[in-house]
Amino acid sequence: MANERKPGRKPDHPLQKAPLWLSLFFLALLLVGIAIDEPGRVLEQARQICLSCIGVG
Amino acid sequence: MEFVRKWVQVIAGFLMNGYWLFPWTRNIYQGPLKVLCAPGLNCYSCPAATTCCPLGALQQLLGGVRLAIASGQYFFGWYIVGAMGLMGGLLGRMICGWACPFGFFQELLHKLPSPKFEIPRGLRHLKFAILLFFVILLPLLAVDEFGLGAPWFCKYVCPAGTLEAGIPLLILQPGLRETIGFLFFGKFVIMTAFIAWAVMASRPFCRVACPLGAFYALFGKVRAVRLRLDEHKCTNCNACHQVCPMGVKFNESPDDTECITCLACMHQACKFDAISLEFCGLPLTGTRGKRLATTEKTG
Repeated sequence: MANERKPGRKPDHPLQKAPLWLSLFFLALLLVGIAIDEPGRVLEQARQICLSCIGVG
Repeated sequence: MEFVRKWVQVIAGFLMNGYWLFPWTRNIYQGPLKVLCAPGLNCYSCPAATTCCPLGALQQLLGGVRLAIASGQYFFGWYIVGAMGLMGGLLGRMICGWACPFGFFQELLHKLPSPKFEIPRGLRHLKFAILLFFVILLPLLAVDEFGLGAPWFCKYVCPAGTLEAGIPLLILQPGLRETIGFLFFGKFVIMTAFIAWAVMASRPFCRVACPLGAFYALFGKVRAVRLRLDEHKCTNCNACHQVCPMGVKFNESPDDTECITCLACMHQACKFDAISLEFCGLPLTGTRGKRLATTEKTG
Protein backbone atom coordinates (compact mmCIF):
# COMPACT_ATOMS: atom_id res chain seq x y z
CA MET A 1 0.00 0.00 0.00
CA ALA A 2 1.32 3.39 -0.99
CA ASN A 3 -0.02 5.18 2.11
CA GLU A 4 1.14 2.58 4.60
CA ARG A 5 3.74 3.93 6.99
CA LYS A 6 6.99 2.04 7.24
CA PRO A 7 7.62 0.40 10.63
CA GLY A 8 9.63 2.64 12.95
CA ARG A 9 9.10 5.74 10.86
CA LYS A 10 7.78 8.68 12.86
CA PRO A 11 4.63 10.42 11.62
CA ASP A 12 5.18 13.67 9.78
CA HIS A 13 4.31 16.88 11.63
CA PRO A 14 4.35 19.74 9.14
CA LEU A 15 5.10 23.11 10.66
CA GLN A 16 2.00 25.32 10.71
CA LYS A 17 3.11 28.79 9.78
CA ALA A 18 -0.20 30.65 10.10
CA PRO A 19 0.10 31.22 13.90
CA LEU A 20 3.63 32.53 13.44
CA TRP A 21 2.63 34.94 10.67
CA LEU A 22 -0.34 36.09 12.73
CA SER A 23 1.87 36.65 15.77
CA LEU A 24 4.35 38.58 13.62
CA PHE A 25 1.52 40.77 12.34
CA PHE A 26 0.45 41.65 15.87
CA LEU A 27 4.08 42.15 16.89
CA ALA A 28 4.29 44.69 14.07
CA LEU A 29 1.17 46.44 15.44
CA LEU A 30 2.77 46.51 18.87
CA LEU A 31 5.92 48.05 17.45
CA VAL A 32 3.89 50.66 15.56
CA GLY A 33 2.23 51.56 18.86
CA ILE A 34 5.61 51.87 20.57
CA ALA A 35 6.95 53.97 17.68
CA ILE A 36 4.17 56.56 18.07
CA ASP A 37 4.54 56.57 21.88
CA GLU A 38 1.21 54.96 22.65
CA PRO A 39 2.66 53.22 25.74
CA GLY A 40 3.26 56.67 27.21
CA ARG A 41 -0.46 57.41 26.95
CA VAL A 42 -1.33 54.00 28.40
CA LEU A 43 1.02 54.58 31.32
CA GLU A 44 -0.45 58.01 31.93
CA GLN A 45 -3.95 56.49 32.15
CA ALA A 46 -2.90 53.47 34.19
CA ARG A 47 -1.25 55.63 36.85
CA GLN A 48 -4.57 57.30 37.66
CA ILE A 49 -7.47 55.69 39.49
CA CYS A 50 -10.12 55.20 36.84
CA LEU A 51 -13.27 56.12 38.76
CA SER A 52 -15.48 55.14 35.83
CA CYS A 53 -13.74 51.77 35.70
CA ILE A 54 -14.57 50.96 39.30
CA GLY A 55 -18.11 52.24 39.12
CA VAL A 56 -17.84 55.25 41.43
CA GLY A 57 -17.34 57.95 38.83
CA MET B 1 -0.12 18.83 35.71
CA GLU B 2 -3.09 20.36 37.51
CA PHE B 3 -0.77 21.07 40.42
CA VAL B 4 1.65 22.87 38.08
CA ARG B 5 -1.19 24.85 36.50
CA LYS B 6 -2.44 26.00 39.90
CA TRP B 7 1.04 27.22 40.81
CA VAL B 8 1.37 29.04 37.47
CA GLN B 9 -1.98 30.71 38.18
CA VAL B 10 -0.83 31.76 41.65
CA ILE B 11 2.48 33.13 40.36
CA ALA B 12 0.82 34.94 37.44
CA GLY B 13 -1.74 36.44 39.80
CA PHE B 14 1.03 37.57 42.13
CA LEU B 15 3.10 39.10 39.32
CA MET B 16 0.08 41.06 38.10
CA ASN B 17 -0.78 42.11 41.66
CA GLY B 18 2.59 42.45 43.33
CA TYR B 19 2.32 45.90 44.89
CA TRP B 20 1.76 45.18 48.58
CA LEU B 21 2.55 48.64 49.94
CA PHE B 22 -0.98 49.83 49.20
CA PRO B 23 -2.29 49.43 52.80
CA TRP B 24 0.25 52.10 53.79
CA THR B 25 0.20 54.33 50.70
CA ARG B 26 -3.61 53.96 50.37
CA ASN B 27 -3.19 54.40 46.65
CA ILE B 28 -2.60 52.37 43.51
CA TYR B 29 0.83 51.46 42.12
CA GLN B 30 2.05 54.21 39.78
CA GLY B 31 5.42 52.85 38.67
CA PRO B 32 6.73 52.15 35.17
CA LEU B 33 5.63 48.49 35.10
CA LYS B 34 2.10 49.72 34.50
CA VAL B 35 2.99 50.19 30.87
CA LEU B 36 2.98 46.40 30.51
CA CYS B 37 -0.19 44.71 29.37
CA ALA B 38 -1.60 42.06 31.71
CA PRO B 39 -2.37 38.84 29.83
CA GLY B 40 -5.56 38.16 31.79
CA LEU B 41 -8.46 40.18 33.17
CA ASN B 42 -6.95 42.23 35.99
CA CYS B 43 -8.22 45.73 36.80
CA TYR B 44 -5.43 48.33 36.70
CA SER B 45 -7.17 50.38 39.33
CA CYS B 46 -6.71 47.50 41.77
CA PRO B 47 -4.41 48.88 44.52
CA ALA B 48 -2.05 45.91 44.11
CA ALA B 49 -2.01 45.85 40.29
CA THR B 50 1.42 46.23 38.73
CA THR B 51 0.31 46.03 35.08
CA CYS B 52 -2.40 47.62 32.96
CA CYS B 53 -5.63 45.91 31.97
CA PRO B 54 -5.69 45.48 28.17
CA LEU B 55 -9.45 45.99 28.01
CA GLY B 56 -9.43 49.09 30.18
CA ALA B 57 -6.50 50.60 28.28
CA LEU B 58 -8.08 49.83 24.90
CA GLN B 59 -11.39 51.43 25.87
CA GLN B 60 -9.61 54.52 27.17
CA LEU B 61 -7.65 54.84 23.93
CA LEU B 62 -10.72 54.35 21.74
CA GLY B 63 -12.73 56.76 23.87
CA GLY B 64 -10.07 59.44 23.47
CA VAL B 65 -9.33 58.82 19.82
CA ARG B 66 -10.97 62.06 18.60
CA LEU B 67 -8.98 64.25 20.97
CA ALA B 68 -5.81 62.33 20.12
CA ILE B 69 -6.31 62.88 16.38
CA ALA B 70 -7.07 66.55 16.98
CA SER B 71 -3.72 66.88 18.71
CA GLY B 72 -1.90 64.98 15.96
CA GLN B 73 -1.54 61.70 17.84
CA TYR B 74 -2.83 58.58 16.11
CA PHE B 75 -3.52 56.48 19.19
CA PHE B 76 -5.91 53.84 17.84
CA GLY B 77 -4.86 51.11 20.29
CA TRP B 78 -2.00 49.70 18.19
CA TYR B 79 0.09 48.86 21.24
CA ILE B 80 -2.72 47.19 23.17
CA VAL B 81 -4.23 45.28 20.22
CA GLY B 82 -0.70 44.27 19.21
CA ALA B 83 0.07 42.93 22.69
CA MET B 84 -3.29 41.13 22.95
CA GLY B 85 -2.95 39.69 19.45
CA LEU B 86 0.61 38.54 20.05
CA MET B 87 -0.47 36.67 23.17
CA GLY B 88 -3.57 35.37 21.38
CA GLY B 89 -1.63 34.18 18.34
CA LEU B 90 0.81 32.25 20.49
CA LEU B 91 -1.39 30.96 23.30
CA GLY B 92 -5.03 31.83 22.56
CA ARG B 93 -7.32 31.01 25.46
CA MET B 94 -4.56 29.09 27.20
CA ILE B 95 -4.05 32.45 28.93
CA CYS B 96 -7.54 32.11 30.44
CA GLY B 97 -6.61 28.75 31.88
CA TRP B 98 -3.13 29.56 33.11
CA ALA B 99 -2.71 33.30 33.69
CA CYS B 100 -6.04 34.99 34.37
CA PRO B 101 -6.54 35.96 38.04
CA PHE B 102 -10.30 36.27 37.65
CA GLY B 103 -10.50 32.84 36.00
CA PHE B 104 -8.47 31.39 38.88
CA PHE B 105 -10.81 33.08 41.37
CA GLN B 106 -13.80 31.46 39.68
CA GLU B 107 -12.10 28.04 39.80
CA LEU B 108 -11.62 28.43 43.55
CA LEU B 109 -15.26 29.46 43.98
CA HIS B 110 -16.40 26.39 42.07
CA LYS B 111 -14.67 24.15 44.60
CA LEU B 112 -17.13 25.29 47.29
CA PRO B 113 -19.70 22.59 48.01
CA SER B 114 -23.04 23.35 46.35
CA PRO B 115 -25.41 21.95 43.72
CA LYS B 116 -23.64 22.19 40.34
CA PHE B 117 -25.30 23.18 37.06
CA GLU B 118 -24.33 23.27 33.40
CA ILE B 119 -24.28 26.53 31.43
CA PRO B 120 -26.41 26.54 28.24
CA ARG B 121 -24.01 26.52 25.27
CA GLY B 122 -25.92 29.26 23.45
CA LEU B 123 -24.87 31.82 26.10
CA ARG B 124 -21.24 31.57 24.95
CA HIS B 125 -21.99 33.95 22.06
CA LEU B 126 -22.89 36.80 24.40
CA LYS B 127 -19.24 37.58 25.14
CA PHE B 128 -18.55 38.36 21.46
CA ALA B 129 -21.39 40.89 21.50
CA ILE B 130 -19.96 42.42 24.70
CA LEU B 131 -16.54 42.67 23.04
CA LEU B 132 -17.96 44.33 19.94
CA PHE B 133 -20.36 46.76 21.61
CA PHE B 134 -19.06 47.47 25.14
CA VAL B 135 -15.32 47.41 24.40
CA ILE B 136 -15.11 48.74 20.83
CA LEU B 137 -18.19 50.44 19.36
CA LEU B 138 -19.71 52.25 22.35
CA PRO B 139 -16.41 53.76 23.63
CA LEU B 140 -15.63 54.77 20.05
CA LEU B 141 -19.01 56.14 19.00
CA ALA B 142 -20.97 57.22 22.09
CA VAL B 143 -19.11 60.39 23.01
CA ASP B 144 -19.88 63.36 25.25
CA GLU B 145 -19.85 67.05 24.32
CA PHE B 146 -16.04 67.06 24.53
CA GLY B 147 -15.72 64.13 22.11
CA LEU B 148 -14.71 61.68 24.84
CA GLY B 149 -16.06 58.15 24.99
CA ALA B 150 -16.50 56.18 28.22
CA PRO B 151 -15.02 52.76 29.05
CA TRP B 152 -18.43 51.09 28.81
CA PHE B 153 -17.43 47.59 29.78
CA CYS B 154 -15.44 48.74 32.80
CA LYS B 155 -18.06 51.27 33.80
CA TYR B 156 -21.20 49.16 33.52
CA VAL B 157 -20.23 45.48 33.54
CA CYS B 158 -16.78 44.39 34.71
CA PRO B 159 -17.11 42.37 37.94
CA ALA B 160 -13.32 42.11 38.23
CA GLY B 161 -13.11 45.90 38.49
CA THR B 162 -15.69 45.99 41.28
CA LEU B 163 -14.01 43.17 43.16
CA GLU B 164 -10.37 44.12 42.71
CA ALA B 165 -10.60 47.91 42.61
CA GLY B 166 -14.02 49.29 43.56
CA ILE B 167 -14.40 47.62 46.94
CA PRO B 168 -10.71 47.89 48.05
CA LEU B 169 -10.52 51.57 47.08
CA LEU B 170 -13.73 52.37 48.93
CA ILE B 171 -12.10 50.80 52.00
CA LEU B 172 -8.75 52.56 51.50
CA GLN B 173 -10.10 55.99 50.52
CA PRO B 174 -13.14 56.93 52.65
CA GLY B 175 -13.65 60.08 50.56
CA LEU B 176 -14.72 57.96 47.60
CA ARG B 177 -17.67 56.53 49.54
CA GLU B 178 -19.58 59.77 49.06
CA THR B 179 -19.47 59.31 45.28
CA ILE B 180 -21.05 55.87 45.06
CA GLY B 181 -24.53 55.60 43.61
CA PHE B 182 -26.68 53.47 41.33
CA LEU B 183 -23.72 52.79 39.06
CA PHE B 184 -21.72 51.14 41.81
CA PHE B 185 -24.68 49.21 43.20
CA GLY B 186 -25.56 47.97 39.72
CA LYS B 187 -22.02 46.70 39.24
CA PHE B 188 -22.07 45.22 42.74
CA VAL B 189 -25.17 43.22 41.80
CA ILE B 190 -23.47 41.98 38.60
CA MET B 191 -20.37 40.97 40.58
CA THR B 192 -22.42 39.18 43.24
CA ALA B 193 -24.42 37.36 40.57
CA PHE B 194 -21.28 36.10 38.83
CA ILE B 195 -19.72 35.04 42.15
CA ALA B 196 -22.83 33.07 43.10
CA TRP B 197 -22.99 31.60 39.59
CA ALA B 198 -19.31 30.60 39.76
CA VAL B 199 -20.00 28.57 42.88
CA MET B 200 -22.70 26.61 41.05
CA ALA B 201 -21.24 26.47 37.52
CA SER B 202 -17.72 26.29 36.17
CA ARG B 203 -16.21 29.62 35.03
CA PRO B 204 -19.47 31.36 34.07
CA PHE B 205 -17.92 34.76 33.43
CA CYS B 206 -15.23 33.30 31.15
CA ARG B 207 -17.80 31.33 29.19
CA VAL B 208 -20.57 33.90 28.94
CA ALA B 209 -19.36 37.47 29.36
CA CYS B 210 -15.58 37.94 29.23
CA PRO B 211 -14.62 40.11 26.22
CA LEU B 212 -10.93 39.31 26.68
CA GLY B 213 -11.77 35.61 26.47
CA ALA B 214 -13.84 36.40 23.37
CA PHE B 215 -10.84 38.14 21.78
CA TYR B 216 -8.52 35.21 22.53
CA ALA B 217 -11.22 32.82 21.27
CA LEU B 218 -10.83 34.40 17.82
CA PHE B 219 -7.45 32.64 17.69
CA GLY B 220 -8.94 29.22 18.51
CA LYS B 221 -8.05 27.69 15.13
CA VAL B 222 -4.81 29.53 14.41
CA ARG B 223 -2.92 29.69 17.68
CA ALA B 224 0.55 28.25 18.05
CA VAL B 225 0.00 26.19 21.23
CA ARG B 226 -3.05 23.97 21.00
CA LEU B 227 -4.38 20.52 21.72
CA ARG B 228 -4.66 17.96 18.92
CA LEU B 229 -6.99 15.00 18.72
CA ASP B 230 -5.72 11.78 17.14
CA GLU B 231 -8.94 10.37 15.68
CA HIS B 232 -7.33 6.97 15.13
CA LYS B 233 -6.68 6.59 18.84
CA CYS B 234 -9.91 8.19 20.11
CA THR B 235 -12.53 5.64 21.12
CA ASN B 236 -15.26 8.27 21.67
CA CYS B 237 -15.58 7.16 25.28
CA ASN B 238 -16.48 10.81 26.09
CA ALA B 239 -14.30 10.82 29.23
CA CYS B 240 -12.95 14.23 28.11
CA HIS B 241 -16.46 15.71 28.43
CA GLN B 242 -16.55 15.01 32.15
CA VAL B 243 -13.42 16.93 33.15
CA CYS B 244 -13.55 20.03 30.93
CA PRO B 245 -14.13 23.19 33.01
CA MET B 246 -15.38 25.01 29.89
CA GLY B 247 -17.95 22.43 28.81
CA VAL B 248 -15.99 21.50 25.67
CA LYS B 249 -16.71 18.11 24.08
CA PHE B 250 -13.18 17.73 22.86
CA ASN B 251 -13.59 14.57 20.79
CA GLU B 252 -16.48 16.21 18.91
CA SER B 253 -14.92 19.67 18.44
CA PRO B 254 -11.15 19.64 18.98
CA ASP B 255 -10.83 23.21 17.65
CA ASP B 256 -13.48 24.55 20.01
CA THR B 257 -12.89 28.24 20.70
CA GLU B 258 -13.80 27.71 24.36
CA CYS B 259 -10.79 25.42 25.02
CA ILE B 260 -8.50 27.02 27.61
CA THR B 261 -5.82 24.31 27.21
CA CYS B 262 -5.90 23.45 30.90
CA LEU B 263 -4.81 19.93 29.84
CA ALA B 264 -7.39 18.25 32.09
CA CYS B 265 -8.71 16.16 29.19
CA MET B 266 -5.21 15.05 28.25
CA HIS B 267 -3.94 14.21 31.71
CA GLN B 268 -7.02 13.37 33.76
CA ALA B 269 -9.41 11.80 31.26
CA CYS B 270 -7.95 10.28 28.10
CA LYS B 271 -6.51 6.82 28.63
CA PHE B 272 -5.79 6.24 24.97
CA ASP B 273 -3.19 8.91 24.29
CA ALA B 274 -5.54 10.48 21.76
CA ILE B 275 -4.92 14.04 22.94
CA SER B 276 -1.58 15.75 22.63
CA LEU B 277 -0.16 19.25 22.91
CA GLU B 278 1.51 20.87 19.92
CA PHE B 279 3.30 24.06 18.96
CA CYS B 280 2.60 25.10 15.37
CA GLY B 281 1.90 21.47 14.49
CA LEU B 282 5.01 20.13 16.22
CA PRO B 283 4.29 17.75 19.12
CA LEU B 284 5.20 18.97 22.59
CA THR B 285 4.10 15.90 24.54
CA GLY B 286 5.28 12.32 24.56
CA THR B 287 3.37 9.06 24.52
CA ARG B 288 1.94 8.95 28.01
CA GLY B 289 -0.73 6.30 28.25
CA LYS B 290 0.21 4.53 25.02
CA ARG B 291 0.86 1.26 26.80
CA LEU B 292 -2.38 1.61 28.75
CA ALA B 293 -4.30 2.27 25.55
CA THR B 294 -2.80 -0.74 23.87
CA THR B 295 -3.57 -2.91 26.88
CA GLU B 296 -7.20 -1.79 27.11
CA LYS B 297 -7.85 -2.02 23.37
CA THR B 298 -6.45 -5.52 23.15
CA GLY B 299 -8.25 -6.50 26.34
